[in-house]
Amino acid sequence: MKNREKMIALTAFIMVALFAGAAYYFKNKKAEEQRLILENNRKRLVKDYSPVYGNTNAPVEIVEFLDPECESCKKFYPFVKKILNNFNGKVKLVVRYAPFHKNSIFALKILEAARNQNKYWETMTTLFEMQPQWGDHHNPKPMLIWNYLPDLGLDISQIKIDMESDEIMNRINTDIEDGKFLNVKKTPTFFVNGRPLQEFGYRQLFDLVKKTVEELD
Amino acid sequence: MSNKNAYNILFTGWLIALIASLGSLFFSEIMEFVPCTLCWYQRVFMYPLVFIFFVSIYKIEKNILLYAGPLIIIGWIFSFYHNLVQLKIIPEEASPCVQGIPCSIKYINWLGFITIPALSLFAFTLLIITMIVFYRRVYHEK
Repeated sequence: MKNREKMIALTAFIMVALFAGAAYYFKNKKAEEQRLILENNRKRLVKDYSPVYGNTNAPVEIVEFLDPECESCKKFYPFVKKILNNFNGKVKLVVRYAPFHKNSIFALKILEAARNQNKYWETMTTLFEMQPQWGDHHNPKPMLIWNYLPDLGLDISQIKIDMESDEIMNRINTDIEDGKFLNVKKTPTFFVNGRPLQEFGYRQLFDLVKKTVEELD
Repeated sequence: MSNKNAYNILFTGWLIALIASLGSLFFSEIMEFVPCTLCWYQRVFMYPLVFIFFVSIYKIEKNILLYAGPLIIIGWIFSFYHNLVQLKIIPEEASPCVQGIPCSIKYINWLGFITIPALSLFAFTLLIITMIVFYRRVYHEK
């Protein structure tokens, strides 16, 4: 009987160890592939039209692939702003789009149109703040977005014209293509000076930014 | 009834279920393949088998067929159906996956025929064989 128990324990141990070993190997291989892709395709990380928040000359650049309808992006947004403040002027944020939800593209078109009226970041903040209302996954009501815009001082009739422009759609499509190319499968996805955030989390993002700032100092 | 025989067979069943479960978790959690609806149903029927077999090894549970049998048979049916979808014998439209990841998606295709549903069908079939062997050698033997 004792031998049987040993056999079971040993088998369970070997199986879990195999799993962990294979996982470790696979993750490392993936990370290396991702590193090479980024190294050879830095141009696909940032576009000249990409919105920049903070000091445009900052040496450290966070590229965030986000989706206004994504809940994690909403939660990360104030945190990312806090990081920017924390390293006053040394860090900037570049926004790229990864619309993974039903009404993301609709919201992004409005957001981009608001940019023409110099209200980009205000609109972004409002979209995230009001997300539980308009972007509820079980019962999305994207038309509610129109109600928020007058408070921001936006000219809605102008937005409705601008949001249908080819330029805006091209930007969104280019972001989607670049995201696919760079293996962006989840939102938000962060890159700090071309380095991907290996492990997802607030602390991890802060640490990666801090490390990058310190390397440059 | 041979206790040794029962132990060996139940241990084999446990091992098959364990490998299948960890393998499917590897595909979804490590390789980040999003499981489709049919994959989920096969997982639902495979994962509990690890624990049912585990307990049955200790107790040398003669009635394992009653507990594991329905899970294995239903899991096998889902798996068989999924393979038909992947082999395009049943059209995708007729399958329950409409939104999200289509069940006809092939994440892996080793040697031209080893897909994830094929592995699943292999595991469920092995479990059925294991249970038949158990029935003949242990359950039936007085």
